[in-house]
Amino acid sequence: MELYQGALDTKEIFGRWLDSEATSNYGAYIPFVGTIRAEDNIEALSFDIYEPILEEWFKKWQDIAKERGAIVKMAHAIGDVPVHTSSYISAVFSPQRRVALELIDEFVEDFKANAPIWKYDVINGERIYAKDRSTAMSGAGLLK
Amino acid sequence: MITVEFLGPIGKAPITMEASNLKDVSIELKDDKLLAQWLDNCAVAVNDTMVDTLEFSLKDGDRVSILPPVCGG
Repeated sequence: MELYQGALDTKEIFGRWLDSEATSNYGAYIPFVGTIRAEDNIEALSFDIYEPILEEWFKKWQDIAKERGAIVKMAHAIGDVPVHTSSYISAVFSPQRRVALELIDEFVEDFKANAPIWKYDVINGERIYAKDRSTAMSGAGLLK
Repeated sequence: MITVEFLGPIGKAPITMEASNLKDVSIELKDDKLLAQWLDNCAVAVNDTMVDTLEFSLKDGDRVSILPPVCGG
């Protein structure tokens, strides 16, 4: 797992991941790129990350991937990420395509629901929590 | 004494309190009206492990994290 201040250099990261598994004999490599869309007058999105729990979340997915003979990788931005650049990329390598296609779907969906990352719209330099687009994590409401 | 920290957009400084389990923490936090609004949708971790029961025992020095709704990517 890789975390960066600001927008991701997607080509460099994907290229490096591809090189790192070039001789691992995986038959399928499926990358996913999340790009910041220009909408609602935002200049950028901005992200807070709680790393200790994100590390644990990612370890769980590394174990799930391993059970299926696959591996997962991800990179995410911290702080402001301008529109039309990338804040999140991930990838799955697996021996066959079917495992990779299913795993990237599950991995990205659980990422959206349970990775401890908070998103803010940046409008006129102000950071506004994207409350309406956020999802309560598993087990939420315990203390209510 | 335990510490409660509020992650992401909650924007509140950590606090310390006496608590023997998460039920004690819940009672204390609900006294804060602004905080009570967050609690409906917040998940909880103790020492960076997610927990799902109010009976979870706490010991001196434990760190409770309050995690509001997330949106990575």
